[in-house]
Amino acid sequence: MLRSTLLAAALAPAFVLGAGAANAQTEIAWWHAMGGRLGEVVNEIATRFNASQSDYKITPIFKGNYEETLTATIAAFRAGEQPNIVQVFDAGSATIIGAQGAVLPAEDLLKNNGVAFDANDYIEGVRYFYADSAGKMVGMPFNSSTPVMYYNTEALEKAGVQPPKTWEEFEEIAPKLKDAGYVPLAQSHTPWIFVENFFSRHNLQFATNNNGYDGAEGTKLLLSQTPELKRHFEKLKAWKDEGLYAYYGAGWSDNQAPFENGDVAMWLGSSGSFGGLSQSMKAPFQATYLPYWGDVEGAGGTTFIGGAALFALAGHPAEENQASAAFFEYLTSPEIQFYWHEETGYVPITTAAYELAKSEGYYDEAPSAETGILQLSLPGGEWTKGYRMGFYVQIRDVMNREFGKVFAGETTVDEALKTIDEEGDRLLERFAKTSG
Amino acid sequence: MKKVQFGPSWTPYLLLAPQLIIVALFFLWPAGEALRSSFYLEDPFFGNATFVGFDNYVDSTSAADYGRSAQFTAVFTVSICVISLGIALALAVSADAVLRGKSPYKTALMWVYAIAPPVAGLIGVMMFDQHIGPLSDFARWLGWEMQVGVSYFDTAVAMITVAAWKQIPVNFIFFLSGLQGIPNSLREAAAIDCRSPARRFWTVVFPLLAPTSFFLLVINITYAFFETFGVIDVMLKGEPGNNPVTLVYKVFLDGFRGQDLGGSSAQSVILMIAVFALTIVQFRLIERRVHYS
Repeated sequence: MLRSTLLAAALAPAFVLGAGAANAQTEIAWWHAMGGRLGEVVNEIATRFNASQSDYKITPIFKGNYEETLTATIAAFRAGEQPNIVQVFDAGSATIIGAQGAVLPAEDLLKNNGVAFDANDYIEGVRYFYADSAGKMVGMPFNSSTPVMYYNTEALEKAGVQPPKTWEEFEEIAPKLKDAGYVPLAQSHTPWIFVENFFSRHNLQFATNNNGYDGAEGTKLLLSQTPELKRHFEKLKAWKDEGLYAYYGAGWSDNQAPFENGDVAMWLGSSGSFGGLSQSMKAPFQATYLPYWGDVEGAGGTTFIGGAALFALAGHPAEENQASAAFFEYLTSPEIQFYWHEETGYVPITTAAYELAKSEGYYDEAPSAETGILQLSLPGGEWTKGYRMGFYVQIRDVMNREFGKVFAGETTVDEALKTIDEEGDRLLERFAKTSG
Repeated sequence: MKKVQFGPSWTPYLLLAPQLIIVALFFLWPAGEALRSSFYLEDPFFGNATFVGFDNYVDSTSAADYGRSAQFTAVFTVSICVISLGIALALAVSADAVLRGKSPYKTALMWVYAIAPPVAGLIGVMMFDQHIGPLSDFARWLGWEMQVGVSYFDTAVAMITVAAWKQIPVNFIFFLSGLQGIPNSLREAAAIDCRSPARRFWTVVFPLLAPTSFFLLVINITYAFFETFGVIDVMLKGEPGNNPVTLVYKVFLDGFRGQDLGGSSAQSVILMIAVFALTIVQFRLIERRVHYS
């Protein structure tokens, strides 16, 4: 179809405005997908950066949701009108990293422009998520969060139970919560929380080829070959049938709303959700780590992040790349990271920023804000670095569809996992052909 | 007398040019581009394309949800046509019979037409919300545990309801003007011959409405195929999950959401052929039974 050309034509004027006039300042454009309050914080960061020095000027431009931003970027790239920096979400990262030569790896960009870079400055859980197979950071982690468990403290008190650390403990306390009149458990993102982070929390292999990092070709999903995962979903289905777990569809807010209303006692969501919850929830709540199966050896470690990273796109003059590097340096400074963390709930990505937040006493007033970063700082294993798979948006859609069928009783867990592997592998195979 | 002869002139072509350019630019070129890219697997950033023959067609149509989407598209289209045409006809006949205060009735029945599809979708989302939607509450009161977004069937019902509701006013306007175009003399003659109003309607009025009905059928099928996009998009809230989607929406999902340009091009070519075939069937088979004049 004509879409790419048309899109590019539609986008070009906006970009020209952003890239603007020729003065001493080097101007760069930053396309992002942060709407509403998050967008305001993005604009504030850009304003502060522009005020902090006089050589560079960054212009943030809101491009719609994650998918729309990526599509717009691709169209612009093909028309040679790409922005300097673009925000790409976790599921789209294989597409942009897989396009050899489209991105200036963040690590190279910083080093080539005289900015010190040490991967160890970044907290464990975010360090390699957007890196290549050699561990070089390609995307600069931006808005990062991880799944944690929120619980309604009133509900747990009423049932006389403690928040569960493991799923075994959950099985013990769930009936008590049910007797107290609550739906014990809900969650908002099945592929992210119960698949991707099931693999990381239990240190299990998610896909062949080193979870996909070693190349697109021949990467295969390992869902149906992971008995621990099969058991987990069979348990979930059983819990659902017993009224211990409720599934409200694939939409995020449909699952969050009953927790806010006080119908659901424990909800698995994003570590960044506490800000919204503190505004909308009547009952008091707290956050704790994502539960795991205690009988799985090596379980209980760190989890994957979700969210998005910033990618510096190739095809710009050296002074603009220098401006991008200066912005990345500013963005990762402890003060800005703390500001971002405090305003949005996303985790700070560097240890220094975390230390700053601690020393400012931020976690004394908002203890739930620390849960995500503590969980991401748990020891990792061989399979907790991340995963890299193309057409991953569709793979997640297949997961949502199949698990939806499982919870609706339309298929079995066995069949669902097999279908996900089959369709996912075919998508991965197709993706390998696009980048090959 | 001198005979005036006009030489070959380019004026007609000039006058046709805007239309021809529009057709070429917005139909022929994209259609050709879709056809081309349906045979390739493309890296989205650089457009490095690998020729894969019919792989895109095979892969797209053999995915488990393709058949289900096709099935849903058929059910969706037929339901929208039957429901929105049926209700609109009933409303038009009733409004036509009203003698006093015609215009308030007409306005009340037509205003929905002014609602944009995404807004209609948003209203649908609120009405059918599984936690706070009044229509979900109503269904529950009837003993139906309706959960839009969780149950495939329930979401399908909600989507069809909203999409059909949105189309009723258009059909109503056309039916009403069709009814008003029927000469009174004919009706009076029919009234003398036959006492039953229902029989009069089906034997005299309805056949005279056939051109309008046929036109609306074509319009409604096109609507169900292509213009319901906004309604579906809003009702899915960005996560298709285990919910019904039409084939057109799937083209968007794979192409724009998933960056699978080849696969989504192949699907849009299939859709183009299907719509083409459907149009031929409509005009060849159904239009023959329609009497104009």
